[in-house]
Amino acid sequence: MRAIIVGCGRVGAGLADALSRAGHDVTIIDVTSRAFNRLNGDFRGQAVRGDGTDEDVLHRAGAETADWFFALTEGDNRNALAAQVARDTLRIPHVVAKINDPVRAAAYRTMGLAVVCRTSMMVDVLSRALGLPGDPDAGVLTAEPVEAR
Amino acid sequence: MFIVVVGGGKVGYYLTRELLASGHEVVLLEKDPRRAAEIAHEIGSVVLNRDGCEGKHLAEAGANRASIVAAVTGDDEDNLVVCQMAKHHFDVPRTIARVNSPRNEALFRKLGVDEVINPTRMALGAIEQDIPVHDLLHLAQLSTGELELVEAQIEPGSPAAGRAARDLPLPEGCMLFVVIRGDVAQAVRPDTTIEAGDKLVALSRMDCQDDVRRLLIGEHEDQAPV
Repeated sequence: MRAIIVGCGRVGAGLADALSRAGHDVTIIDVTSRAFNRLNGDFRGQAVRGDGTDEDVLHRAGAETADWFFALTEGDNRNALAAQVARDTLRIPHVVAKINDPVRAAAYRTMGLAVVCRTSMMVDVLSRALGLPGDPDAGVLTAEPVEAR
Repeated sequence: MFIVVVGGGKVGYYLTRELLASGHEVVLLEKDPRRAAEIAHEIGSVVLNRDGCEGKHLAEAGANRASIVAAVTGDDEDNLVVCQMAKHHFDVPRTIARVNSPRNEALFRKLGVDEVINPTRMALGAIEQDIPVHDLLHLAQLSTGELELVEAQIEPGSPAAGRAARDLPLPEGCMLFVVIRGDVAQAVRPDTTIEAGDKLVALSRMDCQDDVRRLLIGEHEDQAPV
């Protein structure tokens, strides 16, 4: 499996390391090369410096052959844009965006994007720990079905 | 009409002023507190110091009853998200986004933004008009993005010079509109003869602009035929 990850923060670097360790082909993109220091010493993938919403950069990262695309920067909007470039322009089969604002996350879910929302996931976990009903959708990746485009 | 403007830079500020002056109801969202206070001082209480990308702030601004949401910040991704939220979450009938990277223009349209304004392209267009280049001038793109109004300067060697409009093999879906001769503009009729020195305004599909250029202007001198 080939994966592209945009954003080498804690989540991006963590996922990149995990995939690399499992033997997958990973390319991680970040605007600052210092961010790549977060990767483990044994990371075997590629690190590309650049703007992950820019089509040229994504081509350079091998977008044509990617199976998965993860937009995991700190900016919800940047992730939403990168994910839609990946899905609609580059036609990468599986695309996931991190969107931490629950309202925005819900809106993009109904637009057919697979979304992870840290806020609702944490609220869900903490609520359950307190014996409250959780949010059954909080950790669900699958987007609602999209009509043919 | 009730219009929500997101982004209080120069574009947002002047847009809001114009809209207010023409009698519209406007709310301007600007996330930087200092900038928001500055604008509020000048044009009054229509300014909300909020981030328009956040759903709850758009709701607070009244996006659900807005006829138009115009996202004119300097960041393409923010403008896209504002428009998509407005469209899909608040059912706003018309969304307008400023894009700064020309590359995002087509993508934003595809992603459902109704009107995409590209200041970079507009500046380029305006500058092109002042520089004699043997190419089509891009005057305006029609809303779907598939058709464009273009202008061609007919030079003496042009394949179109001396021919009647009806004899020009224009690609399907393209048409000549107006001929500007001297300072007079007139509608192009089938029997209008095109002369060197004319300016022709034509409607052209994006995918046949090369054909239109070849027909009205000829091949580029410094460029092999494509």
